[in-house]
Amino acid sequence: MKRLTKRWTRLLVLGGVLTALAPAPAVAKTDIHFWHAMTGQLGEALTAQAKEFNDSQSDYEVKPIRKGTYAETLTAAIAAYRQKNPPHLVQVFEVGTQTMLLSGAVHPVQDLMKEQEIAINWGDFIKPVVGYYMKDGKLYSMPYNSSTPIFYYNKDAFKKAGLDPDKPPKTWKDVESYAKKILAAGAAKCGFSTGWPSWTMMENMHATHDQPFATKNNGFGGVDGVELLINREFGQKHVGQLAAWQKDNVYSYGGRAGTADPKFVNGDCAMYIQSSALIGGFTKGVKFDWGTGELPHWGAPYRKATSIIGGATLWVLKGKPAAEYKGVARFLAFLARPETQMWWHVNTGYLAVSNTAVKNLEQGYHFVKNPKQYTAFAQLTGLPATPPAALAGKKAAPLKPERVATANSSGLRLGNFVQIRDAIEGELENIFGGKKTVKQGLDDAVAKSNALLKDFAATHKP
Amino acid sequence: MKRTVFPNRWLPYLLVLPQVAVTVVFFFWPAWKSLYLSLFKSPPFGGRDVFVGLDNFTSLLTTSEYYDSVINSFVFAGGVTVLSVAGGLVVAVLANQKIRALGLYRTALLWPYGIAPAVAGIIFLFMFHPSYGILPYFLSFVIGYEFNWLLKGWIAMTLVILATAWTHVGYNIAFFLAGLQGIPESIMEAANVDGAGPVRKFTAIIVPLISPVTFYLVVVNMVFAFFGSFGVIHAVTQGGPGNATEIMVFKLWKDGFIGLNLGSSAAQSVILMAIVIGLTMLQFRYAEKKVTY
Repeated sequence: MKRLTKRWTRLLVLGGVLTALAPAPAVAKTDIHFWHAMTGQLGEALTAQAKEFNDSQSDYEVKPIRKGTYAETLTAAIAAYRQKNPPHLVQVFEVGTQTMLLSGAVHPVQDLMKEQEIAINWGDFIKPVVGYYMKDGKLYSMPYNSSTPIFYYNKDAFKKAGLDPDKPPKTWKDVESYAKKILAAGAAKCGFSTGWPSWTMMENMHATHDQPFATKNNGFGGVDGVELLINREFGQKHVGQLAAWQKDNVYSYGGRAGTADPKFVNGDCAMYIQSSALIGGFTKGVKFDWGTGELPHWGAPYRKATSIIGGATLWVLKGKPAAEYKGVARFLAFLARPETQMWWHVNTGYLAVSNTAVKNLEQGYHFVKNPKQYTAFAQLTGLPATPPAALAGKKAAPLKPERVATANSSGLRLGNFVQIRDAIEGELENIFGGKKTVKQGLDDAVAKSNALLKDFAATHKP
Repeated sequence: MKRTVFPNRWLPYLLVLPQVAVTVVFFFWPAWKSLYLSLFKSPPFGGRDVFVGLDNFTSLLTTSEYYDSVINSFVFAGGVTVLSVAGGLVVAVLANQKIRALGLYRTALLWPYGIAPAVAGIIFLFMFHPSYGILPYFLSFVIGYEFNWLLKGWIAMTLVILATAWTHVGYNIAFFLAGLQGIPESIMEAANVDGAGPVRKFTAIIVPLISPVTFYLVVVNMVFAFFGSFGVIHAVTQGGPGNATEIMVFKLWKDGFIGLNLGSSAAQSVILMAIVIGLTMLQFRYAEKKVTY
């Protein structure tokens, strides 16, 4: 026993000496913690980006850590902040924007870059994207993964039903008649389905038809007294039509978030409305020939306006040693480079968010080669849906916008937005399931949301 | 009965200390914290808690949505308890017979309990999903009715009750088997001599004699259905469609962790705690009288 102890002691001493002798890295890198919610291919792309940054300099080491879903990541960051040990950077989805803006826990990125004296040309960023995250003329978070809902359709099913596979429907009337032809030809079991029902069918439908979603300029005008407006004439018309279509399979509700994806991927529904970020996944996973188009429109008397974004941005949290924010700023500057953005867009399907990056992509004929990836840009910026001939090397007339950008189409800023979406989607289900009338369901969704907005205002009184 | 007397005055306290410490740290402290939080409105990132008295409670108790979740909880807990206790008893009686490969059956019957509720939920999701489930696909050949629980609340509720009862039935079988084996052979033989059939033996002998086990299981299953059934609902329906399967524990999680409304979430957990304590007490007061130990 005694001998054994002696031997162990010797080993320990030896180990200690060896550790001390081991070559230490010349300068220890400072860790920058980056909490995110990206899975699968998106997570890999994010990790690759962090690695490229880490290899490019020797002072900072960005450590990406996946914390679960968007909601779980936010909850984890909040818990960590309350325990006084927050990450430097956290990825927060667009519906968490108001919570973050009013948290008092955030270091606005525009201030951060100024303090650290690292220039980012904010003016170069695409308006509909930065507008969503600006407050009092200041950009609060770093645009990272932005997307917008677009229209996907099954070209094989279109051909089978005798429709032109290169002409996606432009209006909802088209969608209806195409769906009926497709159903009659037996080319699919349902006309179309939707992902993220509140985002695609309520938020973006109001935006693209230039209809207000909420009072006080969609919530941009303050927290107090904001109320939803989705139970008005337009909301009732659109949801009423969806409910009617649900009965004869023109529309087939497939659940919240991305649970309806399989309906399109396995060919059950010939048309689908989902985030443009799914282009990457569909390119790998969809076996039939498919295309993209812009969101359908109801036509006159509604104006045709741009769509609004979804996705997430990176927020810098307070509470870290001052010196470490230099590293955060350098990482953000790295992300803002056009090269980084172009790489991110090509590898994930999320939008490149600066004009320079988009121009470079155009000059590289990226959109001519990948027209599907152009749809989201066109819809967000209002430009014509097809990449213009100019991009293919020919001269052409300056592009004329086909959509207007209005106050109604520049985003939503609502407190408790996660729960509001939940309330809206719950009531949509009650309507589609026949449990409530359109009017009743929408009124209830508005009542619930207004209570949530009121509660948010009471909790966040300045 | 022999009474153990500790010679040292402090030793007994020392011995129960770990248990007391665990209870205090993991039960009393969080319970106290919820009670405290339920009286405040606090922004998610903290900083400034505003005392609001019973506001969180009154705003809950004045919305129909909250009552829906209470009703859903009772329907759900009742369904799960009846199904898993009754089902467990029937299967246990069958597994208590002298048949070949008995050990194998008994082991297999316990398996579902070893599956985490979240995993069980995923299994049911893949089997029953209207978009990609295998069962709706086969059912569509047999009957015209589409079991679309994404839109029909009662189907969704039935599904989560079935899934939850299934995960818990193994636990009940284990207890019933133990109870059944505790029934003296002589009584059963006497019943045989008197000419009692299997049904008669079941209702007149087995059911009364295992009533302590049944009582225990009803209490435990009820509590489990109220508190521990989160995983299945989270994986399968997320409380939908509408809020047809939003039981209290799911709603309080959603409001607290997704909606970041800590005050309301804490108030809900206080109410839930009161309901479960009340239910358990009621059961002990009334149901236990019918139990023969």
